[in-house]
Amino acid sequence: MKYDIILCGVGGQGVLSVAAAIATAAGIEKLNVRQSEVHGMAQRGGAVLSHLRISDSEIFSDLVPSGSADMILSMEPLESLRYVSFMKPDGVLITSNEPFINIPDYPELDTVLNKISKIKNSFFVDTANIAREAGNPKAANMVIVGAASKYLPLKFSSLQAAVEILFSRKGREIVDKNVMAMTAGGRI
Amino acid sequence: METYALLGDEALALGAVHAGLSSAYGYPGTPSTEIMEYLQSVNKKEGKPLAKWCSNEKTAYEEALGASFYGKRTLVTMKHVGLNVAADAFVNSALLDIRGGLVLAVADDPGMHSSQNEQDSRYYADFAHIPCFEPVNQQQAYDVMFEAFELSEKLNVPVMIRLVTRLSHSRASITVKKSIPENKGVKAPDVKQWMLLPALARKQWHQLLDKEKEMKTYSESSEWNHLIFNESDTGVITSGLGRNYFLENADDFKTKYNHLHIGFYPPPAEKIIKLAEKCKTLIFLEEGEPLIERMVRGILPGNIILKGKLSGHVSREGELNPDSIRKVLDLAPKKLIDFSAGEIPGRPPQLCKGCPHDDTYRFIKDVVAGLSESAVMSDIGCYALGALPPLQVPETIVCMGASITMAKGAAEAGMKNVMAVIGDSTFFHSGLTGLVDCVSENASVTILILDNSTVGMTGGQNTILPSQRIKLISEGIGVHPHHIHVVDAHRKNHDNNMKILKKELEYEGVSVIISVRECIEYFRKKNKESKEETCS
Repeated sequence: MKYDIILCGVGGQGVLSVAAAIATAAGIEKLNVRQSEVHGMAQRGGAVLSHLRISDSEIFSDLVPSGSADMILSMEPLESLRYVSFMKPDGVLITSNEPFINIPDYPELDTVLNKISKIKNSFFVDTANIAREAGNPKAANMVIVGAASKYLPLKFSSLQAAVEILFSRKGREIVDKNVMAMTAGGRI
Repeated sequence: METYALLGDEALALGAVHAGLSSAYGYPGTPSTEIMEYLQSVNKKEGKPLAKWCSNEKTAYEEALGASFYGKRTLVTMKHVGLNVAADAFVNSALLDIRGGLVLAVADDPGMHSSQNEQDSRYYADFAHIPCFEPVNQQQAYDVMFEAFELSEKLNVPVMIRLVTRLSHSRASITVKKSIPENKGVKAPDVKQWMLLPALARKQWHQLLDKEKEMKTYSESSEWNHLIFNESDTGVITSGLGRNYFLENADDFKTKYNHLHIGFYPPPAEKIIKLAEKCKTLIFLEEGEPLIERMVRGILPGNIILKGKLSGHVSREGELNPDSIRKVLDLAPKKLIDFSAGEIPGRPPQLCKGCPHDDTYRFIKDVVAGLSESAVMSDIGCYALGALPPLQVPETIVCMGASITMAKGAAEAGMKNVMAVIGDSTFFHSGLTGLVDCVSENASVTILILDNSTVGMTGGQNTILPSQRIKLISEGIGVHPHHIHVVDAHRKNHDNNMKILKKELEYEGVSVIISVRECIEYFRKKNKESKEETCS
């Protein structure tokens, strides 16, 4: 089994926490994980990309080859389009429908959404609203983890345990709110 | 025992701790920063090892040398361009009689994710005649620390470990070993081997050349240099992450290649000859510069076909990746989905919302707009992002500290209205000596020091001294107190700040304007931490 994910979004959207949650869950299931991150200058408000690879055999490359990603998981619609060439012909694309407009030449949102909907197996997640309804507007990134959960080769309980581990330092309330956001994301 | 998913940097740091590390010194720089941060987190819990940021990479390296002189295992961390700053200490240290293992972990940044160039530190190891290890995954980054310290103490030389961004900043779980106790403090037994006076240094140089023979022997028998023969007349030599991308594509090979992976330098000449004897073609996949390819190729043509970066079969620029090496391996590109996203506008990094640098640049920009001739020499740090739209104020960005000294050179060449823009941490790193130069000649420069009270770009480390002292330091060096201004980097002071800058540009001498406001990210982080502390 090998499962490659391209995670993307904009600096500050919590893409690395999405990566950490899925990678930790894979670790709980004793799978091999490689997760590349972006730090330093590249992080500041720019496009953020993380390659996440899960496998039950040895993983050589930290980077996902083109045309090989089983999933593109994006916190931002335009960013999901940026990395489409990584997608496998039968892969899935899951993206938040909430644009993050911090560049002057951001295209018309409808054009972006239309383009995405033309991709086979593409899904939008109303992250902002779902997170708000789940009582934690800041947890849009956990909503997207939840939305990805039904395609990931991981048990939902492992993802839940991962969120517990990642947020335990911040107290019970924060853990529960993040788990709730993830659960709500998983329901759609 | 298994630990969960460490960054390559963190795995190396943990390896160092388990391999008996006593002290670590460094200067923050992407992608190396997390080595020291991890060591500091260990120190916070266990009270050791000593893990300190320093003024710059040179002072860090020298402090490490001091610890090694006392027989302790010591680590120095920096990014690739930091080694340029530390080069004097580094190259000379190869001549010393190292007893306490001294390891330099240097992280290169091919692809320039967060750097000004792609220089390959393996050249420095070669230049200084010291051994270099190149791990390819997190487990190796952990394991290598044991062997590197051991080798350093066996051959009595410093040892380099070269990392690259994709290893430094990629996570995987690792298996840890039993810890080794720290070395006892014992002064270097022969101080003659620590004084590089010409007569003594000549002896040391002779010794280093002898040690180099031992390094070569070590290289031939080392498992880090692994040769596998298959039924093929083509051989592939990989180094660093080139190996990972090569193996990633292995399922698609029609026939298996002969393969030599090189993870220890100096490279194993005999193994390379052995491989070449069985091959008509050799392919080189090196992450970074074509160092091995150049050594093998020389200048005179041979009868083997060599395909690599020098022959143009592999790109000279940027990182390798699983796709870019397929062509030279005779593989078709991977099949992509049948969809074109069209042109996607770029989303470059930018200054954070509310960043104090933004306000400083805005008043500089408005002053510059009214001048017929001017130059804004900028420097290395977050504020370099001011070069991008909408600000576009900096006109030069070269290396740590160069803003001040380049401004002096331009002013002395006759240019009017020359400004230097430098961050507080960069000023402590390499700006001080430039300011001394300016004062000694009373150069007509206006130096803007951006005091956000933190090392912002690398994640908010403390500046080496409180930045409020910059005013006193400037006075102490000899800038006239009338021409030192401390201003508040806030848009409400825009007009007043403009006035001060204009006035100082008219002054024919050294002016220092310290533009102060706390980094917005750092401010948030601090608030969050204090909140968490009250919670727990």
